[in-house]
Amino acid sequence: MKLLYFAWARQKLGKGEEEFELPSEVETARDLALHLAARGGGYADVFADLNRLRVAINQEHANWNARVAADDEIAFFPPVTGG
Amino acid sequence: MIARISIQREDFDAAAEVAALSQDRAGIGAVATFTGLVRGDDGLTAMTLEHYPGMTEREIAAHVKEAEARWPILGATIVHRVGTLKPGARIVLVAVASSHRAAAFAACEFLMDYLKTRAPFWKLEQRGEDADWVAARASDDTAAERWR
Repeated sequence: MKLLYFAWARQKLGKGEEEFELPSEVETARDLALHLAARGGGYADVFADLNRLRVAINQEHANWNARVAADDEIAFFPPVTGG
Repeated sequence: MIARISIQREDFDAAAEVAALSQDRAGIGAVATFTGLVRGDDGLTAMTLEHYPGMTEREIAAHVKEAEARWPILGATIVHRVGTLKPGARIVLVAVASSHRAAAFAACEFLMDYLKTRAPFWKLEQRGEDADWVAARASDDTAAERWR
């Protein structure tokens, strides 16, 4: 799967995207966030508080309970501030 | 309905966009436009806009479709700039054409409220050496909520 990061999430990780092999125990967007947080460092920082972060699955807004699949494009970002 | 959605680094010409939107279309009696600018308050020196290519266009297109379902609109143009902009620079244009003004005004405001709360853009404000990501505003969420 492809993981994308935007705004301060991208800055804290020092990268905007990466490829990721989905572990079988990761079922939801929340599972994925917690799994990534366990990597520590910038990941622990980015995923420390999911209330401050949003997730999109295959370019559509999703909630943390949404299921994720091996070929999904998952993006993590702060609440949007365009316009 | 004709919809033009552009995410671009370059500046835009609002008058030219309105002319293109309404050209040769006799049924159009009203075009409502909104132009957003970089506000240069609190010592702001630059603003950098980031977006999620692909999802941004999809989100905006979905909201244009929703506006079309709610009001009898005849065309819409949305231009949103990305990259680094100086105070006073144009950021966003929303122009909506309809037979009469009520639908054009309402759909323009609707699209702007949804651009602010759903379209994946993020603003980084620079004040001299300091750079801070803009936090989402509850008042923008409230503005978008009223259309539900």
